[in-house]
Amino acid sequence: MCGVYIHVPFCKRKCIYCDFYSVCSDDKLYSDFVNALNRSVENRADNRIKVDTVYFGGGTPTVLESSQLASILNTVKNSFDVSHNAEITVEANPCTVTLESLRELLKGGFNRISFGIQSAMDDELSALSRLHNYKQAREAVLNAKKAGFTNISADIMIGIINQTRESLIDTIEKITSLPVCHISAYMLKVEENTPLYDMIKRDGNILKSIADDDELSERYLLMCRLLEEKGFLQYEISNFAKPGFESRHNLKYWRCEEYLGFGPHAHSYLDGKRYLYDCDVLTFIDCNGRPEITYTDTDVDKAEEYIMLSLRLAEGLDTVMLASLDKKGRYGNIISNAVEINRLSDEKLINISQNGKHISLTKRGFLVSNTVISRLLNR
Amino acid sequence: MKKEQIRNFCIIAHIDHGKSTLADRILELTSSVELRDMEEQLLDNMDIERERGITIKARAVRLNYKAKDGETYVFNLIDTPGHVDFNYEVSRSLAACEGAILVVDASQGIEAQTLANTYLAIEHDLEVLPVVNKIDLPSADPQSACEEIENVIGIPALDAPRISAKMGTNIEEVLERVITDIPAPKGDDNAPLKALIFDSYYDQYKGVIIFVRVKEGTLKVGETIKMFATGAEFQTVEIGYMGATSLVPSGELKSGEVGYIAASIKDIGDTRVGDTVTSVEHTCSEPLEGYKKVNPMVYSGIYPTDGAKYPDLRDALEKLRLNDASLSFEPETSIALGFGFRCGFLGLLHMEIIAERLEREYNLDLITTAPSVIYKVNMTNGDVLYIDNPTNYPDPGLIASAEEPVVSANILAPSEFVGNIMELCQDRRGTFKDMKYLDETRVELHYELPLNEIVYDFFDALKSRTRGYASFDYEMKGYQVSKLVKLDILLNGEVVDALSFIVHTDKAYARGRRICEKLKETIPRQLFEVPIQAAIGGKIIARETVKAMRKDVLAKCYGGDITRKKKLLEKQKEGKKKMRQLGSVEVPQEAFMSVLKLDE
Repeated sequence: MCGVYIHVPFCKRKCIYCDFYSVCSDDKLYSDFVNALNRSVENRADNRIKVDTVYFGGGTPTVLESSQLASILNTVKNSFDVSHNAEITVEANPCTVTLESLRELLKGGFNRISFGIQSAMDDELSALSRLHNYKQAREAVLNAKKAGFTNISADIMIGIINQTRESLIDTIEKITSLPVCHISAYMLKVEENTPLYDMIKRDGNILKSIADDDELSERYLLMCRLLEEKGFLQYEISNFAKPGFESRHNLKYWRCEEYLGFGPHAHSYLDGKRYLYDCDVLTFIDCNGRPEITYTDTDVDKAEEYIMLSLRLAEGLDTVMLASLDKKGRYGNIISNAVEINRLSDEKLINISQNGKHISLTKRGFLVSNTVISRLLNR
Repeated sequence: MKKEQIRNFCIIAHIDHGKSTLADRILELTSSVELRDMEEQLLDNMDIERERGITIKARAVRLNYKAKDGETYVFNLIDTPGHVDFNYEVSRSLAACEGAILVVDASQGIEAQTLANTYLAIEHDLEVLPVVNKIDLPSADPQSACEEIENVIGIPALDAPRISAKMGTNIEEVLERVITDIPAPKGDDNAPLKALIFDSYYDQYKGVIIFVRVKEGTLKVGETIKMFATGAEFQTVEIGYMGATSLVPSGELKSGEVGYIAASIKDIGDTRVGDTVTSVEHTCSEPLEGYKKVNPMVYSGIYPTDGAKYPDLRDALEKLRLNDASLSFEPETSIALGFGFRCGFLGLLHMEIIAERLEREYNLDLITTAPSVIYKVNMTNGDVLYIDNPTNYPDPGLIASAEEPVVSANILAPSEFVGNIMELCQDRRGTFKDMKYLDETRVELHYELPLNEIVYDFFDALKSRTRGYASFDYEMKGYQVSKLVKLDILLNGEVVDALSFIVHTDKAYARGRRICEKLKETIPRQLFEVPIQAAIGGKIIARETVKAMRKDVLAKCYGGDITRKKKLLEKQKEGKKKMRQLGSVEVPQEAFMSVLKLDE
């Protein structure tokens, strides 16, 4: 089963912390883009490819008309073998939707919606230069429910400028009391080439209003605990869901399954090959968007990727699975590296299953996952 | 060529007084170098020398000068280093000369190394020709510089040429004075051959090239020569002199001349700087008097970052030693760092330069341990041990007494800084000897200081406390009994041998604490908490903790783009390569050097 990802690289306003590819533009470009995107999906049409998840991400997909989004989804359905119970997600900004547009989306075939709420505190939202306030976010979620969406996700953020532990608790309380069944929680990271990075470079005092790594870690653990108390179980480093509402699409990335991506800067992974549309919107529109093969995975790559990605998940790494990928046996015996594994286990950074066949990271281990994973990879 | 028309001389000066610039001007004036080949500090052709603006290696060059008397003279000019660490190089150059141009900065006057180098020249019976440089500076006071030379050194200087090497002012006067003031060499061309090796280097095509000053007899191509000290014999393949930019074959060298020998010498151990070259056929009975030999004062361990590069490091050290006889090394092993060498240096600058040259010229990545002096340990059983590696310091229970080397130090500075200097010397366990005024505003202070107090950063500290005005020179005085202890550093409960050092009891506590703090700054947070401790014997005297790393996570793995995460892991792998794994702790290489720079 394959996933399809559609990248809509438009935003009404770019958030100060965001380093993903998106631009602010106008209706003319939007419709050109939709046409180009439809063509690029058609170019790859192959009804032997079975698809069970479609994900519209961005940017902000909902800056496009619901009908435009529906037309793209239609092209996808006509081009691939999309199963009837496929999970079809659209990301949305609370102030780009109305009850009506949400109804149209549902009618157009979308059955899951993910709102970038980030915080329930208006001062934190404006510090992030988000367009919406919490009242609008709340309304958007309630409208989605009203429109008929049953699978609603919310993004929240830890480490926002001006955030305190108390305000984070408040945000969690408020958002979990809304009809959402999935929460993605990301830690703010100051990336280079973002306005936030430049702001901090000009005025170092801003850093004082952002939590340091120790405080961020505390908030992360606090959040994990609170969300679990509310019935949202952690299934990935940054993702929590009520049972049965895990994002099937995102799980594909972490389970090394196949996906096709369309749109500027979108990635695909099919038959062990990685593809990328390495271009901006205008080039994408001009050349009808042809992806290039960027890399063909070797067995070692597959094993490394499996270690790297599976350990992001609460279910963790299956050594039997690893051995099957790692035909040369470079990592197959990872668990037999007793000293390192025991050390990590003693420090409660990893869990080893009773039968010794599964390794997973603990919540504290998630926080230092890069280091833990690179230690395991270096053996 | 008549001996009366040869002048062999060097230029001596305090660092930065314009020695290399004067050499450049002399080269230009004697048209030894085409203008297009001329570059600044021509004789300082090592990158490090140009960057740091200092001379490390002595250099020799032959020049022709058409003097005012109508005769053409041959000048053999030998450029010498100015820093105290390189007195040895100076000494070698002096032995090949009859005279020395003493350059004194007209705005600074006499400095510590002016004195040290002048005394060396006088010891070698050289005629000293003082020259006052930088007269173009607004702050120049040539008259008082001349008076200072007369009063302090005691050589006539009132008629010293007043020049600006930078502007090219009065350089000719210097050259004329070289002819009149510096004696021509003496020697008998027909006597048995006696030539002094004053430098050498390895040329990959010609083998070892030896620089010699012929004192007696004549050296010819094809002749079989013998090294007095090693007894090794070689047939000479090429003989000539040093042109400004290349070697010029001349077939022979007569007494009084300076030149080079190539004799297909493969083994660098066969040629020792300071040795006498003689002819097998016409052997001299006695070697030349060897010049002052200087022993290493500072020792430190040098280790390749990559253990597999150990043989490369050995080759590189052997090649460097050919050009730098003052460098000594022998293999050692460290639990923390593996296989490496314990190297002896003349001082800290010498150590830094050797390490830098090894890294640059031989493309090695190195870890250098904290420098140590040689301690003399009198054991209870009557044995006497000389310890140059703190790791080998004996158990305190077996030590009757310990001694440390002491130097006699000379500091010259404007009198307003006397208080600061005294405070510094006091802090460094110095003993005040005397103080005298050179004139109303400048003083010379004389202290005895333990060598281990000055090898790290004394000169920097002195400079910063005197706004850069103080100059400093020292010579070994001997050993004195001292209360010494070995301080160990523990990471995660395990002693790191490469970080141990010897320290005076009174300073152990402060030093231990500072090192722990410094290591805490350099060692990155790891998955586990890392205690850093300083201990004397079994007793912990200081402790810091590197807290466990809390957060190192890529929050989002977006839209299937795993390249970003992969890059991150690659970066982490790279970073790990730059770390030394000590037990379970990863220590960056800078940690081993950072303990040297405790004042920063």
